[in-house]
Amino acid sequence: MRPPSPSIPEKEFIQISLQQSLRIDGRQMLEQREPSITFGPELGWVECGLGKTKVIAQIEAKIVKPTPERPYEGIITIHSELSPMASTEYDTGRPTEEEVTITRMLDKVIRRSDTIDKESLCILAKRRVWHLRLTLHFLSDDGNMLDCGCLAGIIALKHFRRPEVEVIGDDVTIHPPTERAPVPLAMHHTPLCLTFAFFPPSPTSDTTSALVLLDPSYLEQRLSTGLMSVALNAQRELCVVHKLGGVPMEIGEVMGVLDIAVKRAKELNRLVEDKLEEDWNTRKRIVEVR
Amino acid sequence: MASSRIEVLNQGGYRSDGRKQHELRSIAIDLAPQGVADGAATITHGLTTVLVSVFGPREAKLRSQTLHDRATISVEVGVAAFSTGERRKRSKGDKRLLELASTIKATFEPVIQTALYPRSQIDIYLHVLEQDGSLLQTCINGTTLALINAGIPLLDFVCAVSGGVHVASPLLDLNQLEENDVPHLTLALMPKTKKITLVTMETRLHVERFEEIFRLAARAAEVIHQEMRAAIRIKANTLVASMGSTRATVDGTDRDGNHMDED
Repeated sequence: MRPPSPSIPEKEFIQISLQQSLRIDGRQMLEQREPSITFGPELGWVECGLGKTKVIAQIEAKIVKPTPERPYEGIITIHSELSPMASTEYDTGRPTEEEVTITRMLDKVIRRSDTIDKESLCILAKRRVWHLRLTLHFLSDDGNMLDCGCLAGIIALKHFRRPEVEVIGDDVTIHPPTERAPVPLAMHHTPLCLTFAFFPPSPTSDTTSALVLLDPSYLEQRLSTGLMSVALNAQRELCVVHKLGGVPMEIGEVMGVLDIAVKRAKELNRLVEDKLEEDWNTRKRIVEVR
Repeated sequence: MASSRIEVLNQGGYRSDGRKQHELRSIAIDLAPQGVADGAATITHGLTTVLVSVFGPREAKLRSQTLHDRATISVEVGVAAFSTGERRKRSKGDKRLLELASTIKATFEPVIQTALYPRSQIDIYLHVLEQDGSLLQTCINGTTLALINAGIPLLDFVCAVSGGVHVASPLLDLNQLEENDVPHLTLALMPKTKKITLVTMETRLHVERFEEIFRLAARAAEVIHQEMRAAIRIKANTLVASMGSTRATVDGTDRDGNHMDED
């Protein structure tokens, strides 16, 4: 059953307060909820949260035979499914439009933007490569699951270490973590996803440009007249820009949104690096670092 | 794929298919009726061809899908197995096609005046007949034309164009080879207000380079608008002429007229 859409009073209340630059959770218009990042006991297990939105990301690696089309490249697969656990809105079975958008965006941000150096995952050409499997569990939905999922996925990849492999001739030896320190994945860059929501301006104001807010909550996401997702790294490189329909915007407005994203991505990147380092310091005693 | 060996832009400033940097591919628009569809359009950008048929507004087939205050829009995209070099059948559940369909739906939902047709449904079917890059661009332009042809009230045209950056030089309207090689984006513009309804980019590109190609593509979309409008005018004038009215004059020459009474 489809849950009821937000009621008319809810809709009006949110719109009127946004026109006065007020959000129901007390945030500024361009303020992101502070991401909460928790690492699990294993490497490559991360729980990431934006407010009440929670996603768990987990990485597994195994050795497989490469595909004949790409014999020198490792394989990365992303598994994500919105189960009814996240919200009563999602059902198992046929994917909803939102789910298609989220999975496609995750695929573009994490896999197609060349985050991981796939050739470094090759062990023996045409015979043995690493297969990385990223599983995302969406635990609860309080809006903006895409950003949360991307963040979790990227942090998990950065946190993960694969066992060291030695190749002598045709012999492949896999060293268990107790013997040799596991190695991090070779990553080209760290794309971070930021989603903006747009609302129509108040009819009394003389501007025609839409109200922009970062990191929409559940209700804001449902009621917005358009979303724009931008994935970029701290080096000011855009990886994915995704604005589908919704309110039409002027060129200047779009560039303005991108400028905000550039600034925020830098801050977010620093936060991610700090968290990873903090976690790594607690692990040094357990895992030997080279 | 051997695409990496092909020179995207040679020293003389020509692209692999002989175009200049800012040159668009030839556009062919056919607005002839297709079967029982209420409106149809076949649009070709170079070697990419899409056939769009529009049905409706009509009564919604499923009661559960009707909205009491506006029309629902459904979009389906089919890709002919023979449309690419590599013959392969795509299933209906292909994530890429679903995404393409939802992109088109999201683009047109705010443009079509759905509030005029409560409790009804507008179906848009796209058939990709030939693929040589810039598929989204062709699909959006085709859908705009088919909707106009079906007489469905729109707020404005939606004109899409793709663009890319090779090293530091911007290119417009990419073909398949270029699309595989260079970072590219697709943009859709509403020419009356010059506002952007859609931007998608899937490859890594620096913000500054993005802005350059973004502004250029917005200008190119206006050129495509001229072509689309000319085709619609010719079609409208033929219709007027065939009605046999003595008052109606066929002024196909008036391309710059400000009144657009046919859409």
